[in-house]
Amino acid sequence: MATAESAGGAVAAPAGGAGLQGAVALAIAAFLLIFLIVPVGTVIYVAFANPDGGLTLAHFGSFFQLSLMRESFWNSLYVAAASVVFASLIALPLAYFTARFQFRGALLIQTLGVLPLIMPPFVGAVAMQLVFGRSGSLNLLLNDWLGITLPIMDGLNGVIFVEALHYFPFILMNLIVALNNIDSAMEESAQNLGSSGMRLFRRIVFPLAMPGYVAGASLVFVKVFDDLGTPLVLNTTNMLAPQAYLRITSIGIEDPVGYVISVLMIVFSLFALWASALALRGRDYATLQRGGSTLGKRRLKPWQSLLAYGWIAFVLLLVLSPHLGILLLSFAKVWSFSVLPDAYTLEHYATLYHDSPRMIGNTLLYCGLAAGLDVVLGTAIAYLMLRSRLPLRRSLDFMASAALAIPGVVLAIGYLRTFRNVEIPFSGELLTSSWILLMLAYTVRRLPYALRSCVAALQQLHVSLEEAAENLGAGKRRTIQRIVVPLMAGGMLAGFVTSFMTAAVELSATIMLTTSQSAAPMSYGIYLYMQSAAGRGPGAALGVLAVLLVALGTYLSHRFLRSRAAELETRM
Amino acid sequence: MAIKHRAVSRRTRLVSACLFGLACAATLPAQAQQVLSIVTSFPKDLTAVYKKAFEARNPGITVEILNKGTSAGVAFVREAPDGNKPDVFWASAPDAFEVLANEKLLQKFDGANKAVPAKVGDYPINDPEGLYYGQALAGYGIMWNTRYMKANKLPEPKEWADLAKPVYFNHVAISSPSRSGTTHLTVETILQGEGWNEGWRQMLQIGGNCAAITERSFGVPDGVNNGQFGLGLVIDFFGLSAKSSGFPVEFVYPSVTAIVPANIGLIANAKNAELGKRFISFTLSPEGQQLLFDAKISRLPVLPAMYEKAPAGYPNPFGGKITAKVKFDSDLSRSRYYVVNSMFDHTVTFRHKELVAATKAINDAAAKLAGKPNAKAEALLNEARKVAYSPVVGEERARDKEFLSLYSASKRDALKTKQLTALEEEWGSQARKNYARAQELAGQAAALAR
Repeated sequence: MATAESAGGAVAAPAGGAGLQGAVALAIAAFLLIFLIVPVGTVIYVAFANPDGGLTLAHFGSFFQLSLMRESFWNSLYVAAASVVFASLIALPLAYFTARFQFRGALLIQTLGVLPLIMPPFVGAVAMQLVFGRSGSLNLLLNDWLGITLPIMDGLNGVIFVEALHYFPFILMNLIVALNNIDSAMEESAQNLGSSGMRLFRRIVFPLAMPGYVAGASLVFVKVFDDLGTPLVLNTTNMLAPQAYLRITSIGIEDPVGYVISVLMIVFSLFALWASALALRGRDYATLQRGGSTLGKRRLKPWQSLLAYGWIAFVLLLVLSPHLGILLLSFAKVWSFSVLPDAYTLEHYATLYHDSPRMIGNTLLYCGLAAGLDVVLGTAIAYLMLRSRLPLRRSLDFMASAALAIPGVVLAIGYLRTFRNVEIPFSGELLTSSWILLMLAYTVRRLPYALRSCVAALQQLHVSLEEAAENLGAGKRRTIQRIVVPLMAGGMLAGFVTSFMTAAVELSATIMLTTSQSAAPMSYGIYLYMQSAAGRGPGAALGVLAVLLVALGTYLSHRFLRSRAAELETRM
Repeated sequence: MAIKHRAVSRRTRLVSACLFGLACAATLPAQAQQVLSIVTSFPKDLTAVYKKAFEARNPGITVEILNKGTSAGVAFVREAPDGNKPDVFWASAPDAFEVLANEKLLQKFDGANKAVPAKVGDYPINDPEGLYYGQALAGYGIMWNTRYMKANKLPEPKEWADLAKPVYFNHVAISSPSRSGTTHLTVETILQGEGWNEGWRQMLQIGGNCAAITERSFGVPDGVNNGQFGLGLVIDFFGLSAKSSGFPVEFVYPSVTAIVPANIGLIANAKNAELGKRFISFTLSPEGQQLLFDAKISRLPVLPAMYEKAPAGYPNPFGGKITAKVKFDSDLSRSRYYVVNSMFDHTVTFRHKELVAATKAINDAAAKLAGKPNAKAEALLNEARKVAYSPVVGEERARDKEFLSLYSASKRDALKTKQLTALEEEWGSQARKNYARAQELAGQAAALAR
């Protein structure tokens, strides 16, 4: 990093910390440049290139010629917006009730509430079809009882349904963190002044939790807008991401229009993130006190708690039914056109046991390292963005967030192309044949998730706490270590968990970058099994293991966070 | 509390130590053994059997299977550095091998088994250039879910043309030919068997009956296994292996079917070319061919002699029950490959909603008219069918060399992209217009029947 430091000196501001900040910023920029911008650039320059090497914008003209593309754009926009609405409807009550009221099993609900994010590739789709599909359990029952079927999984509405179920945890997690971070004095004074119920929520709680909500909602919006897997699995092609994918991955042609779509998706996603940042600008969400554990949790009246429990039970049943489906599938002998499987067996797990035990370790390793890196990078970017006065500091955020709109295949091909013949120092092994690239691909692809959580957490942290620490003689470094990081811990953890769990089921880059079976993670194994009729059971079993693993990790990290919080309090 | 804090950090340190250890273990060079690496789109059920058999016969050699899906596999081979490329490419789609051959990514060697005949039906089994070999044969057919068929009271189909019947409306599934090289062959078989116009008429009618046009070829058998779709157009082993895995499905070859080889080839500038050659020769030997009879694999050997040892009732493409009636012209197929795929996508895949709506309107009108004949309504309905089910590109144009050459180069400059997207736009909007018009005409016909 010698270059980064020497160049960092150039931006050094009078304040002692600025030089270091500049160096860190440059190091992050270099990382993003090497592992995101350059590799992706080597692939999508096609959008601007003529075969003779010249640059052209003509391919964009070709894009706008196609009415199919306009239709796809509006479809993607509609699906993304509608998914945010439905995801919010699911997430808001879950977050508010469990964070603000005396609620049995709040931790369990919060843990179960993030499970939908881990939808193992293909297995999740098969399970969804078996539960909600045209001949799924629900429709078979409805048809038997009432003679009707609901086209839940058809067309754009099907995509919205699945996306909302899949991604609402982004809102849930960020909102819970935000709610826990609100200064309890605010709510208590509002209550003392006679506010309660919806009014309290609408006027005080929700506005103060806004950074968390916006972080989650913008992530859902951009993620859904750029999502490829769900529309493809539901065979919906008239949306932007599938159109780009279908054109890019056709055998034998490099179709520039596919890359034009990618470029436009990146631009639009960044625009959406920028707009969401704009919505928060000029308002101050920071509060001095952290409220979560000190705030007296309110009691619900009996009828209210009946309603709340009922609603939560319904929502959890809905969002976890794919996981129930996967569980049943993993024990099923044959499950076809029936409400439940015909017979049950344990043999799929036995198959796994002697087939692929190593994959679990690999997943833990790659995703753990990737999520760890994500949190470090995310915290650093958030800090630089909100606390430093470096020029162009927002561009780090934009660079990192651009990863959301880049199909995994494009990033993976870019990696293979950029790092061809690059050796790992001291080992002589090729970088392209090691698992490091895969881990880095996870890091880059999941960085936006961790980043949004970290930014939201820091937005809620009042700068005067840091100023106080500095006035008391703590250096920048010590302030960050002792004040900023501990108080941001909730957001960082939420970021870690999201990055980890979504990386654990990442598929497109995984298939491309897996170079040996011994280095393959679980998602590759699931994909492999799900290519044949006989592999459905073992694939589902591996999916169950992936879900359990991540759920356990989430639960433990919540526990850890709680004990840390308790520890901090006793120390204060 | 300080004590607890220390405990926490110790735990953290322990965790990071473990992670580091794992990291080291994972970076260790895999084996001192020789490693043969194979890029394939075939399922584990198939590759595991071959891996086991080959390793047993060749101690000291480890077979590394890289399952990638066809297009990802091609890209992977292309991007891997010379001298470090995988050794063998093994997949169904003939177009993937075409691409690899064109980009000089395959290497010739004299590994052919002389006992393999030159052709099955009219389709050459081995690449004429000798760059890749047919390793197993596969035919196309119709697969259905027996429970679904019973619940919806559907008759069993026998021919492709049956799938165009109104009774199967919203029950069929097919994969897009641009996504699945094997589906492309089925479409091409129908086009060659029935002729361009009649073939497209059938394809569009089948498309109108489809509940979904799937993105992956495995999406079709998967959906039929689930009971999500009633019937699907699939390659034979998808049907046969699902049946042998216990799913309530049946499979039938229609009389007009293509029997085509799944191929295997040696990759140029591979790391271990010698091992690759040995493996390819093994898969073509009687022992290697015998493995195809495994119930979970259920593919057809390219060695005719093998069928004497086949399980009872096993289909035999060499003069057995299934015969490829179509004189399949692979040059013709190749010449219009991208045209057929693009046409299918822009008139069926991307306009599926409109096509289904038109088909439904036509079916409804036909059902209404069935009871009360009405000459004017009949005429309207026939007009609707004609509008909806005519290809947007006429037969003559589809043969035009200049038109086809638009699609030939793999790199596309701005002008070409512009011309191609203009065509796509024309086809797409023409199809949309046709379907809307057909729906309107069918509506008028239905109104007259009242």
